[in-house]
Amino acid sequence: MIRVENLVKAFGPKRAVDDISFAVERGEVLGFLGPNGAGKSTTMRIITGFYPPTAGRVSVGGHDIVDAPLPAKRLMGYLPENAPGYADMTVHGFLGFVADLRGLTGAAKKKAIDRAVETCFLEGVVHQTVDTLSKGYKHRTCLAQSILHDPDVLILDEPTDGLDPNQKHEVRGLIKRMGANKAIVFSTHILEEVELACTRVIIIDRGRIVASGTPAELKARGETAGAVRLAVRGRSADEVAAAAGAVAGAARVEKLGADTGHATVRVYPKTRGDATLAGAVTELARAQGWQVDELVTEEGRMDDVFRAITLPDTVRGAAGKEAR
Amino acid sequence: MTAWNNVRAIMKRELAGYFTSPVAYVFLVIFLLLTGFFTFTVGNFFERGEASLVSFFTWHPWLFLFLVPAVGMRLWSEERRLGTLELLLTMPVTSWQAITAKFLASWVFLALALALTFPVVITVNVLGSPDNGVIAAGYVGSLLLAGSYLAVSCMTSAMTRNQVISFIVSVMICLFLILAGFTPVTDLLTKWASPWFVSVVAAFSVMTHYEGFQRGVIDLRDIIFFASIIVFALFATSVIIRSQRAG
Repeated sequence: MIRVENLVKAFGPKRAVDDISFAVERGEVLGFLGPNGAGKSTTMRIITGFYPPTAGRVSVGGHDIVDAPLPAKRLMGYLPENAPGYADMTVHGFLGFVADLRGLTGAAKKKAIDRAVETCFLEGVVHQTVDTLSKGYKHRTCLAQSILHDPDVLILDEPTDGLDPNQKHEVRGLIKRMGANKAIVFSTHILEEVELACTRVIIIDRGRIVASGTPAELKARGETAGAVRLAVRGRSADEVAAAAGAVAGAARVEKLGADTGHATVRVYPKTRGDATLAGAVTELARAQGWQVDELVTEEGRMDDVFRAITLPDTVRGAAGKEAR
Repeated sequence: MTAWNNVRAIMKRELAGYFTSPVAYVFLVIFLLLTGFFTFTVGNFFERGEASLVSFFTWHPWLFLFLVPAVGMRLWSEERRLGTLELLLTMPVTSWQAITAKFLASWVFLALALALTFPVVITVNVLGSPDNGVIAAGYVGSLLLAGSYLAVSCMTSAMTRNQVISFIVSVMICLFLILAGFTPVTDLLTKWASPWFVSVVAAFSVMTHYEGFQRGVIDLRDIIFFASIIVFALFATSVIIRSQRAG
């Protein structure tokens, strides 16, 4: 549905987006990750036709956004960053205006507005003007606007920004549900959100794609991926660490919790993806007669991967030390 | 006719925007007070003893100089300030539709303001028997003049997100459009410039073209003049809006 080829956007000498290519098909939810200023919003603005690209092509549903903007825009719903809205309009008036521009009339218009209001939990504020809304409501009003015409393609720039935890949960669920039969791209700073809602992730930094894959694939690239975390009662951390370090296949052991009478260590495998490590550690615990509270193979953490990829090289060494 | 539907939807929103905020009412009251004041007090409507609205229309270029930019200054700068420009231009709407719709909405509003001056027409008809054809031509000229100023304000409004700057720049441009053909200025120019230069400069002035309407003459050339200012300013608006996004 969305096809981005060698996209470049330059603002003066600065390349905000630098040769980005990807594609999103129906049924996919693509998470867009990256530090502030990485080019996420710029990319989204190009896809939605707000910025013309400096070079490269974007097509939505087969329509080039530069050559055939109107058919492409008809297929898309867009939630811009900061969720703008006309301050002096009521929520209902605003959605009515968007429905008019989307070509919805009569019963279809009323139905679409009712559905969007219900989906985004706006029932209580329909007749309030946009400038009197709290940030969360304002955000959801703009989200409602983007899904009004039930578009095939949704571009959401930080859809959960400014929402409380319950609302975040709802919106994530909504994205996941809608993702079943739409092509969705959404950007976020919240890494767990990506794991919960996305089928695929792209990390961009300084205008370039630095990593892409499924959330599981990316997590597997994390430092702790495949490591075994072990918690033993009634032993000192030193004792557990020393014994675990001797296990075949263990590269090194990190002491996590060292409070008296309860030791938690993390055993790193020599080779990445070594599935036998957990078994070996279990054998060890049995042989030693340890009372094991927890024994788990870690999946890796998205924020480790994110930090490792997006930190500038100079900072990376320091941050690596600090993490240990 | 999706193009017309889009234009209508945006016009409706703009017009509703005027009337849900105090802007419209403040503007209408001030406009009507000022036209009344200038027509009857400064313009000596009664002392003239003529059944015409000359003292009414004479002041319009000067009144509009400040009032029309006040109406037009928010058209695009407000969209940029609120960020709704991004929303509007990612809808299936061309920028021409948006520009036309916003211009027309404000023009309709100004036409409404002009229409509300109808008591002057009634007054002069009660007191004497004026040539109502001349008055009608005067209104046509006044509306075209307001449209030209408005198109200029539209253009300056697209330049900045700051409404004050938009207002001041547009007043300056409109002032130039007046002064280029204002008699004291042309008299001054004739002292050192050749007559053809003076007439070229004066040809750029709204005054030269506005005066024809006041005499009751609807000249196609005058209409083309105002229409070309409007089209040029709106075209400049579209160029500005496009270039801001091009980066």
